[in-house]
Amino acid sequence: MSSKLRILVPVKRVIDAAIKPRINKTQTGVETKGVKFSINPFCDIALEESIRIREGAKDLVEAIHAVSIGPTKAQDVLRVALAKGADTSTLIDVGEEEVEPLNVAKLLQKVVEKENSNLVILGKQAIDDDSNQTGQMLAGLLNWPQATNASKVEIEGDSVTVTREVDGGSDTLRAKLPLVITTDLRLNEPRYASLPNVMKAKKKPLEKLKASDFGIDIVKRLETLKVDEPPVRAAGIKVETVDELISKLKELKAI
Amino acid sequence: MIGASRSVISSVGRRTIAKCSKPILSSSVRYLSTTLNNHNESKIRVKNQYIRSYSSSSTVPLTAETYADKVQRDERFKALDAEDIQYFKSILNDSIIENEDDLLFYNEDWMRKYRGQSKLLLKPKTTEQVSQILKYCNDKKLAVVPQGGNTGLVGGSIPVFDEIILSLSSINKIRSFDSVSGILKCDAGVILETADQYLADQGYIFPLDLGAKGSCHVGGVVATNAGGLRLLRYGSLHGSVLGLEAVLPDGTIYNSMDSLRKDNTGYDLKHLFIGSEGSIGVITGVSILCPARPQAFNVAFLGVSSYEAVQQVFNDARKELSEILSAFEFMDLNSQRLVGQYLKSDHPIESAEYPFYVLIETSGSNKDHDDEKLETFLGTAMENGLVEDGIIAQDETQLKNLWNWRENIPEASQMNGGVYKYDVSIPLKDLYGLVEAANERLEAAGIVDFEDASKPVVKAVGYGHIGDGNLHLNVAVRQYSKAVEKVLEPFVYEWVSSKKGSISAEHGLGFQKKNYISYSKSDIEIKLFKDIKKHYDPNGILNPYKYI
Repeated sequence: MSSKLRILVPVKRVIDAAIKPRINKTQTGVETKGVKFSINPFCDIALEESIRIREGAKDLVEAIHAVSIGPTKAQDVLRVALAKGADTSTLIDVGEEEVEPLNVAKLLQKVVEKENSNLVILGKQAIDDDSNQTGQMLAGLLNWPQATNASKVEIEGDSVTVTREVDGGSDTLRAKLPLVITTDLRLNEPRYASLPNVMKAKKKPLEKLKASDFGIDIVKRLETLKVDEPPVRAAGIKVETVDELISKLKELKAI
Repeated sequence: MIGASRSVISSVGRRTIAKCSKPILSSSVRYLSTTLNNHNESKIRVKNQYIRSYSSSSTVPLTAETYADKVQRDERFKALDAEDIQYFKSILNDSIIENEDDLLFYNEDWMRKYRGQSKLLLKPKTTEQVSQILKYCNDKKLAVVPQGGNTGLVGGSIPVFDEIILSLSSINKIRSFDSVSGILKCDAGVILETADQYLADQGYIFPLDLGAKGSCHVGGVVATNAGGLRLLRYGSLHGSVLGLEAVLPDGTIYNSMDSLRKDNTGYDLKHLFIGSEGSIGVITGVSILCPARPQAFNVAFLGVSSYEAVQQVFNDARKELSEILSAFEFMDLNSQRLVGQYLKSDHPIESAEYPFYVLIETSGSNKDHDDEKLETFLGTAMENGLVEDGIIAQDETQLKNLWNWRENIPEASQMNGGVYKYDVSIPLKDLYGLVEAANERLEAAGIVDFEDASKPVVKAVGYGHIGDGNLHLNVAVRQYSKAVEKVLEPFVYEWVSSKKGSISAEHGLGFQKKNYISYSKSDIEIKLFKDIKKHYDPNGILNPYKYI
């Protein structure tokens, strides 16, 4: 008995992947003023996957709902999601606060309940904090199975087969819905949002809510002490002869 | 950033060409690359640049042989001998190249259409050395070709016979930058992208941008008065260059580097050198006014159904986007087909193939303001049926990818073996007519077919800076041949002349168009040009066989 999919795709607004971030003057974070923000690349892949699942089988997907937890400007990212194929969206406006993964997971749990989702596809990590925790914590809170770092997703009825990228190669899991999947780079290549769809997306629903609407109080458990640039790579040296090379390597205790 | 993915993406040179088809993959490749070294000077050119594939092509025939009927070696020039080489060594020590194999790179042009026979390349490190070299060559009547990044498209920067190549690559320091006035002073051999990167760190932008930015020199773009992708917004180099340092053929150093924004004291000599293509002086330093770097960039890539629609979109864009419009490029369907083959990738506009595509770039100081203007403009254009389909870049990666579909047309045109390039200015309404006429003529001669490898010509494609009335007609060929050249020339020049256009909008005259200047200039103008050349270079040693 296959149930229809109600997919939830959380998307995050992050500093554009192609831009080199700079440390801010107080060394407590990165400079965000005047910097370009875009959708997190892994979230983009998650969104693309949900659309492909819908395109792959008629009537399998009942709804694709996009949600973003971030500042008011995260609306832009939601509009991109709607243009690409999400049906509806929610913005949980938390102002300029950085929200930790556990709080994100708690909020997402509430959204899953609200939207009655049975499949959550999200990026494996955000490129600003690189936490790689939200998907896993969400699965724990919901008590759902999780398949992380997905490079392939196949759905057959209630059963989902996910191929995962692991250090040694790949790992294939099978689980029953409901399920949390986090996406890795090789899962797919996101499409461009076409202009006609961008125009149409303006009419799609984007509801604006706050964390308090879900009864969640965002409490920070971590304090960032300092943010530093990685050490500058020291210049190499050129050697003239093989003998010199060997003696230098010995000096460095490399051989 | 995308930390875990480093292990799965193999090492790729910084922004190598053609690996940019899929947005996400290419962004992670760029991630890896930006943590690697930041050298700009190697022969593997950076960012959207041309990689020469020596392994794939056969030898390029000598220009002197291919064009033996058009040009002979001027016997007034001395042939290089051991004494001369000794003298140069005494000034430059080891900054010379004499080995024939090493010289091959410098003897050939980027399009691999021309090849010279120089036996010596000089790499001076200072302007004084350039002066000593030229004085000596002028005394001995040794011919010299000044060479920058060697990315010229009309064979102007390589020798025809045994001219000495004078490379500016080692004169490459940024001298100073004044962040209040925006005036950048740098050596001629600074690579354009390096200068722009330096300015980016200060919040400024180089007022010129073109596909060859990873290799071309600042001195070179000034010597050729390059136009580029942003002329629409920042104007021509005649407006932005404030002063120059150049060495005249007799060794005199002309220096106006300290010139300010406004200075009405005497003839404005720098204009003579801008666009002079190394014929009356070797530029060694440039002082240029740079605008503040816009914070917000947007790119829209549109499919339209006719050339009339292209013109209409341009008019509307100029009116509605007005001060934020920074580039407006058009390209035809065949050029996109070639790029698709070259990049091995699907076209970003998936819904259908359209006869014409337009790339619009906006840049400004306020993202929200620009976004709104652009979306309103595009919304209206779609509602009016002017634009059939399109894409707005959602992030930097998509922005660069969309530009790739325009910036890779030159390489894609060449990938099957070669390309005949015609860079022309024509009144807007007639602009695309040249491409249609060229294709008709090629069809009539029975030498063109997109798929059939037995025909020498693949297709004639058209694209360009429509905002400036500038068309690039690229005839993509499988091999260079006199037969094809005869079908195209002087047909193209005559066609352009009949519409009162310019036979070289921005690429210059170089070697390719040396004898065709009369299609665009009157006899009186040509005589005045020759007077100037004779005055500054009486022995004719600088870049002979070219220009006028």
